[in-house]
Amino acid sequence: MRPEHPPEFPLAVHDLTVAYHRKPVLWDVELNIPEGTLAGIVGPNGAGKSTLLKACLELIPKTSGEALIYGKPYEEQRNLIAYVPQRESVDWDFPVSALDVVTMGTYRKLGWFKRIGFNQKRQALEALEKVGIGHLAKRQISQLSGGQQQRVFLARALVQDAEIYFMDEPFAAVDAATEQAIIELLQELNAKGKTVLCVHHDLATVSRYFDHLVLLNMRVVASGPTSKTFTRENLQKTYGGKLNLLDDVAQALKNVGRH
Amino acid sequence: MTWELLRETLLLEHHNTRLVVLGVAFLGATAGLVGSFLLLRKQSLLGDALSHATLPGIGIAFAIMSTLGFSGKSLPGLLLGATITGLLGVLLVLAIRRTTRLKDDAAMGIILSVFFGLGVAILKMVERIPGQSAAGLDGFIYGKTASMVWSDFFLIAGILIVTTIVTISILKELTLLCFDSNFASAQGSPTLWLDIILMTLVTAVTVVGLQAVGLILIIAFLITPPTAARFWTNRLGWMLFLSATIGAISGWLGVSISALYSNLPAGAIIVITAAVLFLFSMVFGTARGVLPRYLRHLQLQRKVGRQHLLRSTYEILEETQETKPLKNLPIAMDLLRKHRYWAKGELSKLIRQARSEDHIERQPSGELRLSESGFGEASRITRNHRLWELYLIKYADIAPSHVDRDADMVEHLLGAEIVHQLEAELDLSKPTIDSPHTITPTELGLQSESTA
Repeated sequence: MRPEHPPEFPLAVHDLTVAYHRKPVLWDVELNIPEGTLAGIVGPNGAGKSTLLKACLELIPKTSGEALIYGKPYEEQRNLIAYVPQRESVDWDFPVSALDVVTMGTYRKLGWFKRIGFNQKRQALEALEKVGIGHLAKRQISQLSGGQQQRVFLARALVQDAEIYFMDEPFAAVDAATEQAIIELLQELNAKGKTVLCVHHDLATVSRYFDHLVLLNMRVVASGPTSKTFTRENLQKTYGGKLNLLDDVAQALKNVGRH
Repeated sequence: MTWELLRETLLLEHHNTRLVVLGVAFLGATAGLVGSFLLLRKQSLLGDALSHATLPGIGIAFAIMSTLGFSGKSLPGLLLGATITGLLGVLLVLAIRRTTRLKDDAAMGIILSVFFGLGVAILKMVERIPGQSAAGLDGFIYGKTASMVWSDFFLIAGILIVTTIVTISILKELTLLCFDSNFASAQGSPTLWLDIILMTLVTAVTVVGLQAVGLILIIAFLITPPTAARFWTNRLGWMLFLSATIGAISGWLGVSISALYSNLPAGAIIVITAAVLFLFSMVFGTARGVLPRYLRHLQLQRKVGRQHLLRSTYEILEETQETKPLKNLPIAMDLLRKHRYWAKGELSKLIRQARSEDHIERQPSGELRLSESGFGEASRITRNHRLWELYLIKYADIAPSHVDRDADMVEHLLGAEIVHQLEAELDLSKPTIDSPHTITPTELGLQSESTA
């Protein structure tokens, strides 16, 4: 056990490097996410935010390093983790209903060769009701709006009943009502002591949504409580020349003062 | 005479064709079942690469068996050869995909054509092997159904049974793999093995189907039935069942027709039959067919038109009358046209439609008047519309200046249930609803900025 990554951290990343076709996407990432935080991963496009999540979940090969879930490799801790992929990563024309998709969250516990039963369906329906679209359970997924599709994904993560939630851009291109519903849900999970890790792109809401922040641009620029990490200096380091969003940042920094 | 023969063939009464017809129908069912997953996994092209890559294997197997002194045309040997190079082709595609930056379609295109070219060359070469006749080997390219024997039939039946058992027992794992392989992996599902199982089934169908349909057309047999089935249903279970059925019918009809005209290649007729079923499904399919969708669109258009007309009439009545309750008075057509800037032809069409639905009557003076049922309907529609407007203003973050536009598009999708819900949510069950134009955004608790 490495002293700098004690096992009480839900996610500890050590010396992680990921490269696609020899082109590095993540460099020497060192990271500890404290338990019970609502953590945001923020950085410019191509900074490797989604890659970081996927590497932690063993979805893409690591060039070096490791990611530990409560001090153990991911394979041993799968049951502690729920995952919400990017909404665009799947084909929403697929011939399944909203309920079918949410039920997929129960497959791991159900096991191979077992049929989906009443219990799984009930859990899935409850999750759908929790995200506010229980009445759309039977609807084919292509007939859902973007926000409703994101809610379906969230419901699927809820039925996984996990300790750590990995979410890849859950707020991307959703309506205001859905964004509100999602953040309330995340805060509720957080209040129950769950750890939530969210890839996020909207600087304006960072300080309102997250109590822990990871600023990422191929390497970890800064990581820590949002109140200390979300500074002009760190953002400049993260976004560099690309920060023609200076107005956004000024607005976002003002928000820091308010909260 | 031909009809009689066709009937006998279809009903399996003809002992010459019975075996072939039944065998190809079973093959079609298997192809439809396996093809559904291939399609949903978006690997149809990989199936195509696989089938083309079988050709060199057939030639090589023939050469090896001939030189070793066996009969060069032993079917199990040929199919084994086909399987080996077919899988080799698939592996090469996967290797190219993994090690280079080539896109899938490029990798598959290269493998498909190179292997096929190689196969054609090898077939030409093995023709020169002394003492063996390679004639008939090219039957694998376009298919040669008539040569089917009992052992082939049992092989096909066996593969159908195995495929059905496998796909049903791991249906949920395969579904998740096809829908969201990242999520499946994250949950610990062995996606690599599932892909291997799927490709094994595809290989089995392809290799067995070589004889019947030929390696060029087998991909159509795998892909056409599921795409046709998709037009009829949004549910995976039904899609699998329909796809297998459509595959079976294509095989059954196709082979029967080709059996009657010995010059017609069965593979081509089977694929054409499948294509006809596909076209029929594309037009008439109840879930996503072109025609039902067009009809639903027309129906909605009609409904929207009617609602616009009735609401406009009602609003004009409101504007022209000081007193309550509203009286149903005749109004001039011009007034109506100006109200929504209707084109003349458009308005006449709407009015014609409304008259046929008994919502509007034409007065002897040429003016229009709502019928009794039309008046009720108009008041209901107007009320729903305003409820919806209020809902949008109050709940959704939509600039109030945009509300009417959005409401015009969406109100027609509201059912009675939502209307009740709106009433409850807005607490507007009071009679104030009859004069909603007096309700301003400020009364709803919005800031004055909303009027900007």
